Amino acid sequence: MSYLKPQFSHPKLPKNKLGYTLKEYEGSLSTLCAGCGHDSISAAIVRACFELSIEPHLVAKISGIGCSSKTPTYFLGNSHGFNSVHGRMPSVATGANMANKDLVYFGVSGDGDSASIGMGQFVHVIRRNLNMVYVVMNNGCYGLTKGQDSATADQGSKNKSGNINPFQAIDLASMAIELGATFVAQSFSGDKQQLIPLLKAAIRHPGFAFLNVISPCVTFNNNPGSTKSYDYVREHIEATSARDLVPDKNEINVQYKAGKSAQVEMHDGSEIQLNKLDLDWNPEDRISAANALQKARAKEEILTGLLYVNTEWKDLHGTLKITSTPLNRLKEGELCPGNKVLGQINESFR
Amino acid sequence: MKNRINDFIVRFANVNGTGSASANFLFAKTIFRMGIPVTPKNIFPSNIQGLPTWYEVRVSEKGYLGRREGIDLMISVNPQSMAKDVQSVKEGGYFIYDSTKTLNPEYQREDIQYLGIPMMEMATHAFEDPRKRQLLKNIIYVGALVRLLSMDESVIKNLISEQFEGKKALIDANFHALSLGMDYVESHFEYPLPFSLESRDLLKDKILVDGNTACGIGAVYAGATVMAWYPITPSTSVAEAFENYCKTHRKEENGENKFAIIQAEDELAAMGMVIGANWNGARAFTATSGPGISLMSEFLGLAYFAEVPAVLIDVQRTGPSTGMPTRTQQSDLLAAAFASHGDTKHILLFPSSPKECFDMTAESFDLAEQLQTPVILMTDLDLGMNDHVSEPFEWDNKRKFKRGKVLTAAELEDIGKFGRYLDSDGDGIPYRTYPGTHPTKGSFFTRGTSKDEYAAYTEDGGAYKRNMDRLIHKWETAKKMVPAAEISSPSSDSSELGILYFGTSTYSSEEAKDLLFEEGISVDSIRIKAFPFGKEVVGFIEDHSAVFVIEQNRDAQMRKMLIMELDCNPKKLVSVLNYDGMPITADSIRQQIKLYLNPKNHSSHELSETAV
Repeated sequence: MSYLKPQFSHPKLPKNKLGYTLKEYEGSLSTLCAGCGHDSISAAIVRACFELSIEPHLVAKISGIGCSSKTPTYFLGNSHGFNSVHGRMPSVATGANMANKDLVYFGVSGDGDSASIGMGQFVHVIRRNLNMVYVVMNNGCYGLTKGQDSATADQGSKNKSGNINPFQAIDLASMAIELGATFVAQSFSGDKQQLIPLLKAAIRHPGFAFLNVISPCVTFNNNPGSTKSYDYVREHIEATSARDLVPDKNEINVQYKAGKSAQVEMHDGSEIQLNKLDLDWNPEDRISAANALQKARAKEEILTGLLYVNTEWKDLHGTLKITSTPLNRLKEGELCPGNKVLGQINESFR
Repeated sequence: MKNRINDFIVRFANVNGTGSASANFLFAKTIFRMGIPVTPKNIFPSNIQGLPTWYEVRVSEKGYLGRREGIDLMISVNPQSMAKDVQSVKEGGYFIYDSTKTLNPEYQREDIQYLGIPMMEMATHAFEDPRKRQLLKNIIYVGALVRLLSMDESVIKNLISEQFEGKKALIDANFHALSLGMDYVESHFEYPLPFSLESRDLLKDKILVDGNTACGIGAVYAGATVMAWYPITPSTSVAEAFENYCKTHRKEENGENKFAIIQAEDELAAMGMVIGANWNGARAFTATSGPGISLMSEFLGLAYFAEVPAVLIDVQRTGPSTGMPTRTQQSDLLAAAFASHGDTKHILLFPSSPKECFDMTAESFDLAEQLQTPVILMTDLDLGMNDHVSEPFEWDNKRKFKRGKVLTAAELEDIGKFGRYLDSDGDGIPYRTYPGTHPTKGSFFTRGTSKDEYAAYTEDGGAYKRNMDRLIHKWETAKKMVPAAEISSPSSDSSELGILYFGTSTYSSEEAKDLLFEEGISVDSIRIKAFPFGKEVVGFIEDHSAVFVIEQNRDAQMRKMLIMELDCNPKKLVSVLNYDGMPITADSIRQQIKLYLNPKNHSSHELSETAV
């Protein structure tokens, strides 16, 4: 069951530019386990949308199947949501996006939903550079079916039943960079300071924005020996970057030590400010991003933050040269060629 | 022997990939332009180059457009299939072959005539370029047919000129090849043959077009803006046609597109995109064939339960894998009607001509949006990929797209509490909203099953059952909205016997009905146009002691659906089947019906014999 939250809100809650409080961005009460990392991600999405003053009804939330895919019910209650088919969120998001380019598309998926059953669609939505935010809530296991290893479980990781995973892990962030995703970030559900600005940057990114968020499963994969537990992730995390997204460059001025910071300018004029992991890494260079991930993996570190961004590629609407009016608003007069043209078409078959 | 006019069958035996298709089409189109009913059928392999391919053209003054057995004239230019091709000519028929090489004596038959034409030799002499030699060899045999069958020379020359408009060298080369064939016949054979052509005005304003093209144009007219598809024979040309006509008729002045076409990674994704786009208020569709239906099944079930419109064009073919799937069949009925898990049923439409492909594609979008459910157009390879003589397409400029029950922001302000799955009108059809309509009203969460009338999550069995009952109520509403079956009687008195058919079995069924009538057997007929069946179908079965259900699959799938849905007496429904991959013929229908009516012609098996 989902529960509606009480409507009461404190009159002094801060409001954003649209005059909305955080309340307007919340969803139903979560039915996930207490302490689930996914709930922290939902809260970060609420916060990011609030801070960016996004109209909640101009967001569409689409998910596949699994614990992660249930979360769209728990944020942005004034948005339309679609809990679709296991592993097939990307295709539903693609169709929805084609119908109306003017909404913000949040795709929520999990490690089973994306790295196993949905791998084909994950790969192809990247190829097309669909303008969407694609969040994987990655806990290395199948929660709803009670704790089986998923394809992102690290080799050697121990699950709750004591079994050691003998298979190699699929590294979704590396894959996304390899496939040419135009925005790739990695984060941890327990680090909202990092997650919120990353989500904000992902929303503003004019193309496919991928966020792989390690989100421990408190019930089935939070035991000693698991590489997706809260303790393990906290001990092995190495944050690269993403201290803030500055929607208007002149508003906030944060000082960074020379050689330790970078700025990525987005097409809408906003800017992502980053702390640099090391001097070799350049967030706009795919090879250095791929190298940084590989190096971190070799050191058993989980590299988080914005790993790669490229704002030059056209999104799918641009590639297909689709008109600026959303397709779902076109009417008979704009779509149907009429009977005179049909007469000519008939003539071509005589 | 009396000359037979406008009533014969010609078959061309070619090698795939040699350009024969366009020459053979030129032959058929010339007959069409001469005002004579004609049915060309392409019988092709799963191959791009090298394997045998056939093109069969039936000419019928009476307007019978189905396939018929018995080849009067074979044009054999493929040594690979020649042995079989010689055997397939009807007694007294003609066999044209390339006499550049001498005919294998094994291919000699006493009961047919042989006409050898040195096509390759003539082409080699006349043309330099090897590819041109191969292509124009085909035009040489068409030229021979111009004389042998009394085709109108000016008609065929006009067609060539239209095809190569502005390319004088090509027109000249084709005219030259044509004369080579005509001249050879004039100086070597008696012509015309005992069966030939005479111009008529039987076709009026009819058109010659394939069903897939008609579907593509229908989708353009119906306002489809999103198409997602995965390549699969025989449906691919639906996507190609949609794209071609969109490029001509759906551009903004600045060159931008008022459409989105995505070649998906597989059929699952294609259907997912169609559902996502429809959910978001665009008219979206896909086209596929049997294997695609299997892959789309999970999504079709979701769309049924979540009540998202979707249009799917199923161009049916024979079974799985590759090879025979380039042959026709009506064998996806059960897979499509009940696609998916849980209790699901889908609306099917059965077009039988290109005109109906156009009309029913357009209607599919109206039905899908009005009923908020998938609609599957059940065409097949024969209708989809072969050219058919058809009534012209028509469109009323005043026609509005029926977008169904979609609430606007203003309506949301007025209605109070919005219930996405609430049956406010008593027809089982709830109201929907598009994402982004209103800041605080009308948003809802779309799910397959676990929801109440207000789209809130619930696992309450009572709420689930109420929803399922409403869906079946909506199904009852659909029965009154889908196209009704067409019923006719050959005479004023209705018969005890009925025939029931749909889709591409129509042509041959109607011809069989005439053949039986000539033999004194009168049958009434009903042509099914949609599933679920309307009450007229129930009435027809009740009114007849036996109904022959004619269909092109092994398992009598339509018959099973009738029994399941209408709860009628199975003994009344007699199967007439065809499932060899070739379109059903009138003669086969006639024979199967007669066999049932006169079982004494059949070797009987007495129970007493078994006892011994």
